[in-house]
Amino acid sequence: MTDHIVKSYDQELKRLSAMLTDMGGIVESQVSLACRAVVDKDALAARKTIEADPRVDALEREVEQFTIRLLALRQPMAQDLRQIFASLKITGDLERIGDYAANVAKRSLVLAQHPMPYALTGLAHMGRLVQENLKLIIDAIGENDAEKALVVWRSDAAIDEIYDALFRELITYMMEDPRNITPCTHLLFIAKNLERIGDHATNIAELIHYAATGTPLTDQRPKGDNSTTTFQPAPGDE
Amino acid sequence: MNDNVARPSIAAAEARSTADLAAARISVRNLDFFYGTNRALKSINLDFPDRQVTGMIGPSGCGKSTLLRVLNRMYDLYPGQRASGEVMMDGENIITPGIDLNQLRSRIGMVFQKPTPFPMTIYENIAFGVKLHEVLPKAQMDERIEWSLTRAALWDEVKDRLNASAMGLSGGQQQRLCIARTIAVRPEVILFDEPTSALDPISTLKIEELIDELKRDFTIAIVTHNMQQAARCADQVAFFYLGEMVEVGAAAQMFTAPRERRTQEYITGRFG
Repeated sequence: MTDHIVKSYDQELKRLSAMLTDMGGIVESQVSLACRAVVDKDALAARKTIEADPRVDALEREVEQFTIRLLALRQPMAQDLRQIFASLKITGDLERIGDYAANVAKRSLVLAQHPMPYALTGLAHMGRLVQENLKLIIDAIGENDAEKALVVWRSDAAIDEIYDALFRELITYMMEDPRNITPCTHLLFIAKNLERIGDHATNIAELIHYAATGTPLTDQRPKGDNSTTTFQPAPGDE
Repeated sequence: MNDNVARPSIAAAEARSTADLAAARISVRNLDFFYGTNRALKSINLDFPDRQVTGMIGPSGCGKSTLLRVLNRMYDLYPGQRASGEVMMDGENIITPGIDLNQLRSRIGMVFQKPTPFPMTIYENIAFGVKLHEVLPKAQMDERIEWSLTRAALWDEVKDRLNASAMGLSGGQQQRLCIARTIAVRPEVILFDEPTSALDPISTLKIEELIDELKRDFTIAIVTHNMQQAARCADQVAFFYLGEMVEVGAAAQMFTAPRERRTQEYITGRFG
């Protein structure tokens, strides 16, 4: 795509893209710190995650104000309109991801006070997949890359499947020993938060794809999460 | 506003704006147009759906105004200009030599860029056009003039000074007078050639509102340099470039996700 006749318009669109990648960078490190806080019981990492949140919120407001300004002053059309619209939605998704990361970090602090009689391998694996997707999608924002977006969009099913497995595993631990209920409930919420981060990454993927190509990803996204139908009452437990 | 006509749903409006649902009032097929040896239109194929607004956009010299001038045979006034192909209206090819031009122009009216009132009274401005095509008794003529001024949203402003000179009206009023003069002969199609480029923003909005009203009864084609105006007024939009029609589609599709790269670059301000 060639440049606009009005050069300052190009600069503004570049600035919008840069604001989102900045925000993405902060959120990406929040998620990575939050995962470390849980898996390594790293309280410093947890605090850093939580402390980054106000900056993410402020960036969201900045992007919102900037997009409304662009809509009013540039009256964008076609690809420009799609990019600006997508940016407005993406900033909301990134803000939610930041919130989920902060929530994971807060729970990690509580979790560290409880004995953990089992390994967190599954959760650590899920965290890695979520971080990979997040990194890829933030690159895609900067490059306006519909292909990368599609990769993320397709790979969310794997995250959902791990979440599903973790859900069943944690319920088993809770049934085995009621003392596990408190740490396992926190772990369940942590897993759920990571799964939601994955969902927001796929939302962003859909937006990037629409902005770049003009066609919405309408097909039903492959889903791997069956946790809502997983829990079956134990025999005689009516 | 006192009409309580049920507003169509967005889905219905979208469906309606997909142009192909309405029958074509005018069908242009393989149309070529020449200014001398210069081929200004190249194999144009375009339908103007009945009682819808077709917007024509494109950079200067792209052929959009030329197409408008072909539709009511304006080019016949100039030697060395000729069209070939088909412009079908009610089963007739209106660019063939045998067509009665007076009758054609009563069926296809035109409103120009600058208001063109005649130096006579407001009443006479409208009666003049009607008298070319019909002989009406005074009472019926009065009725026709009130009807056309009302449809052009000008009646309330001029009803007490119908015998005053039209030259005393403001630019926006003069343009609405020209619209009244055009619809007074009860055409089927109205062509607008940049009808608001000489008007202030409020007068522009009044004309746009009027176009929205008029499309209930008339098929409308509008050439405009103002992309936002095409977006606001048109049901379907055609993009022209260097004498070719690059793309045509529902306005919502053309301005959110055009298919052609040239359309995209033009409407986003990347060339022109």
